[in-house]
Amino acid sequence: MFIEFLSFSKPIFQSITTLILIVAYLVWLERKIAARMQSRIGPYLVGKPHGWLQPLADALKLMSKDDSKPSSSDSLLFNFGPIWVMVVSLSAFALLPFYFDNPMINASLSLMLFIAISSLIIVGIFVSGWSSSNKYSLISVMRSVAQIISYEIPLVISLLIPCILIGSLSFGDIIESQKNIWFIFSPGLGQISFVIFFISALAEGNRIPFDLSEAESELVSGYTTEYSGIKFALFYLAEYVHLFGISVLGSIIFFGGPHGPFITSNLIIVIKSLVFFTFIVFVRWSFFRIRIDQLLRFNWSKLIPISFVVLLIACLTKYFSEFN
Amino acid sequence: MEDQIVEKDFGDLAINMGPQHPATHGVFRLKLYLQGERINKIEAFLGYLHRGVEKLTEVLDYDMIPPVLERDDYLSPTSNSLGFVNTVEKMCQIEVPKKASYIRVLVAELQRISSHLVALGTYGLDLGGSLGGGASLFLYCFREREKILDIMEELTGTRFHTNINQIGGVRYDVKIDVIKKINDLIKYIRPILIEYNDVISKDQIFIKRTKSIGVISAQLAQEAGCSGPVARASGINFDIRRNQTYECYDELDFDIPLGTNGDSYDRTIVRMKENLESLKIIEQIINGIPSGDLSSRKPFKSAKLLKPPKGSFYSSVESPRGELGFFIVSDGSSIPYRMKIRSPSFSNLSIIEKILPGNFVADSVTILGSLDPVFGDVDR
Repeated sequence: MFIEFLSFSKPIFQSITTLILIVAYLVWLERKIAARMQSRIGPYLVGKPHGWLQPLADALKLMSKDDSKPSSSDSLLFNFGPIWVMVVSLSAFALLPFYFDNPMINASLSLMLFIAISSLIIVGIFVSGWSSSNKYSLISVMRSVAQIISYEIPLVISLLIPCILIGSLSFGDIIESQKNIWFIFSPGLGQISFVIFFISALAEGNRIPFDLSEAESELVSGYTTEYSGIKFALFYLAEYVHLFGISVLGSIIFFGGPHGPFITSNLIIVIKSLVFFTFIVFVRWSFFRIRIDQLLRFNWSKLIPISFVVLLIACLTKYFSEFN
Repeated sequence: MEDQIVEKDFGDLAINMGPQHPATHGVFRLKLYLQGERINKIEAFLGYLHRGVEKLTEVLDYDMIPPVLERDDYLSPTSNSLGFVNTVEKMCQIEVPKKASYIRVLVAELQRISSHLVALGTYGLDLGGSLGGGASLFLYCFREREKILDIMEELTGTRFHTNINQIGGVRYDVKIDVIKKINDLIKYIRPILIEYNDVISKDQIFIKRTKSIGVISAQLAQEAGCSGPVARASGINFDIRRNQTYECYDELDFDIPLGTNGDSYDRTIVRMKENLESLKIIEQIINGIPSGDLSSRKPFKSAKLLKPPKGSFYSSVESPRGELGFFIVSDGSSIPYRMKIRSPSFSNLSIIEKILPGNFVADSVTILGSLDPVFGDVDR
């Protein structure tokens, strides 16, 4: 029994450890890139070449911090929020063929399952903002719910377009079909759906220019205002885990997954998602934040109609290529 | 029994902005009454940075006051002391040597650029947050400002509170190598300022966030006593450097950029254009700096105290934020009987109760930032 449990849980622990390590160094990478963009050096002193121990130092610092909680907050939900966010963003990785040769769960609907799981993050965010009993957090989660729910639609549609053309919802088939040509290079549809995917992924991941729930210029720090120490670290890590998940997803759906120029390996996915992540970082450190009403108006009046039109075109393309 | 739907008005949600809030440009408390995301009503609370400068001047000799006043508007220190020194000189009819006047204007214009750079950089923080594109703009602006502060250090030995103005003239001479450095600075900073202007004024998100937000009509600006870039963005062609000229501004050639709509966008663009005009002024000064004395009075530590004649006097200068006026009442002794500072930030800030209601929460920050208040100047 115990042996069975160990053999079952070993890959889980392995992949979580790897993920946390990767994500910790994503934070370091982002800080370095941001520093270069702003003509600074970035983390330098902790760890000899270029502060490579900085993530460890940050984690240790956050863990040793006093864990404070507002007295009027709902204690159960307050603690539940960050854990939920972290668990959900980690468990979405069970579906991605990224660490092992095969994903841990190989379902025929793995893409839909991935989207379904990762959209549960909003529950944790809402719960934590609501239970903080802080007005900034409250406004922040109100915004956040409106934003994430409305941006889920174009995100799903942009991911459906390749699925319709390929004819499968499983990552294995999607990767297999991009052996010769990546989906991003398929004329017209590939590029448009990638742009839609990128915009809505930024909005989903709460990144600037759409980081309205964290808008620290008006809402101090949004739903994380009352959090400190390790709970804050959980939120922070979860954001990057989610973002890395989106990067991996993007590199699988649009950039051919493990198919590289010479070799086919899951390492290629990691490299591709790092490039994708770097691009997200560039966007983050070069744009201002837009306002919540502008964000929603852009979504409902531009992005969603365009994505439906593209979806229709994709369906027609499929129809005429298959049945004529 | 029928279920009755009871619609209860829960009133507005009141949230505080400040005094400890990342967005306010200093210590300032704004109580926003929100209906959803919209602002219904605001209350502003001032005085968190009140240091009693006006009262302090009532116990100091006239020569001791300029260094104290430099701590007032801490982003453009020289314009404070310049305003005070100007007023006292007009009270006592002290002649200022031509060279001193040129050096004063040189330092004041350099600090105008540095102050406007801070205004632009912190406006970036208001728009984009300290963890995004705004931070990039902020750091770039501060990098350029550092070059100006280096020149200040070369010129006066102090980077920030230069303390160069004294009654009757200036304290430090402009040396040849400083002029060369200023020349280099102009060559370096002009393309950069033009580039920032181009990048910012064409940035779509910037335009969306600032165009027709926080509109101040020309009439409202006049009624509230706005001045400086805030008034000029509303189309009021009023610049004390031109209209009530002081020092050597009448000999210099420069334009006064004007806006048309009076929104946040215009205010930012007017500031950026003013930077270029200031560069023009600096160029003219370093090319034509006259020779002569630095001060018409004896050095600062002379035993003889300055005693202005009895009476009251008001005069003002154009600080980067607008009309900075000093009203001094003298009873004939060596200390002022009363001094009142008419600070531009205070008058510009007084407008927010009119323009904030009806906007979104996010806009309250950007409108406040576009007025560029310095709370050392507001509270004094």
